[in-house]
Amino acid sequence: MATERRLEYARPESLDELFGLLRAHPDARLLAGGTDLLVRLRKGADLPSMVVDLKRVAEVRHDIARIGGFIRIGARAVITDVVGDKSLRERFPALVEAALVVGSVQIRNRATIAGNICNASPAADTAPALVAYDASVNLIGPEGSRALPLEQFFIGPGRTMLATGEIVASIDLPLPDGRTGSAFGRLTRRHGVDLAIVSLCCVTHDSGTARFGFGAVGPRPFAVNTRWDAPLEDMRGHASPISDLRAGAEYRIAMLPVLTRRTLNTALDRMRHAHTSP
Amino acid sequence: MTIVLTVNGSPRTVECKPHHSLLEVLRERLSLTGTKECCDEGECGACTVLLNGRAVDACLVLAVECEGETVQTIEGLAENGRLDPLQQAFVETGAVQCGFCIPGMIVAARYLLSTNPHPSEDEIKEGLAGNLCRCAGYSRIVSAVSLAAERGQGQRQD
Repeated sequence: MATERRLEYARPESLDELFGLLRAHPDARLLAGGTDLLVRLRKGADLPSMVVDLKRVAEVRHDIARIGGFIRIGARAVITDVVGDKSLRERFPALVEAALVVGSVQIRNRATIAGNICNASPAADTAPALVAYDASVNLIGPEGSRALPLEQFFIGPGRTMLATGEIVASIDLPLPDGRTGSAFGRLTRRHGVDLAIVSLCCVTHDSGTARFGFGAVGPRPFAVNTRWDAPLEDMRGHASPISDLRAGAEYRIAMLPVLTRRTLNTALDRMRHAHTSP
Repeated sequence: MTIVLTVNGSPRTVECKPHHSLLEVLRERLSLTGTKECCDEGECGACTVLLNGRAVDACLVLAVECEGETVQTIEGLAENGRLDPLQQAFVETGAVQCGFCIPGMIVAARYLLSTNPHPSEDEIKEGLAGNLCRCAGYSRIVSAVSLAAERGQGQRQD
């Protein structure tokens, strides 16, 4: 890989051991699923002196569990775990839909949802659903732990609020009150295994509100709060896409109201057919 | 570093560097060259193996991550010279053209049938979406997986 230069590998079993390694190797890269990191190491895009594997840190969980008014996804949970989780399928179906289009099954079996957000790609497939559902991230570092709304966690392409030596421990999804509906939408060049031109998630509430999460139309995923009956053309004003090999900025802007309308309609349709179980 | 892992049912001890991928170790240290190296970035699926029963791209796994884990490669599918029903179906259907993608296709299909014994055509296509065939032999590959599924949930028949 990369370079035959010296690369160390460490597999800490506790947070204390992990924080000690990160203190001693400030340029270390954290390894969870590795589906992005290994490609970067091989291309020389990342040249850390050490890779620190999170998978055997006892305190970093891999389960998906209901905790009070939240569903908590441990940082070691892989995308396939998200796809298969019954409570997420029932309560956060648009996140499951988004998870199903992450890479291929081989990638989904290895990649973690926490890694997907830590890489902070503007086109990260799970990010629009997570921000639309108002997810927060629980961070833990040598100084203690803190929680941040996911939308604030993203700074720009590849950049997050994670401080040096800090890790994402879990992601919390607040269980919605009342009757809601949600849907995921995505525009790609081909059917499978592609990055998004535009991706979005809509969560509607029977009080008349709608919350959208958008990806691939700005430097970071973001949310917009609106109402069902608001003019969707206005969504264009929130977007600041780039032109790249997948699509031009003008095309992305033009498609935004179209996808917004489709995804809103699907969410509303689901809400009307939804049960109001707690 | 020295790692111990189980490959196709046997414990193996391997010397490797931290940057070596599971793919490199399988092919170059263990001489299991059925698993193919192609894109080396998780796009093509030629290096698909089962890691603890789940299909993964071996190029995207460091060998050192596999300490204590269980790996199954294409070489581990046939038992006592008897082809796995998927292998038999690929032969009968003429699903093999140049053959380079086939080990990855079969291992990915084996995983698909282990999670979904009776997949629809669309589910087969989705299950194999991470495997590219540059001969474009997809329709017979899908037929082969369907045939294996019809013959008893993709399980070995005796």
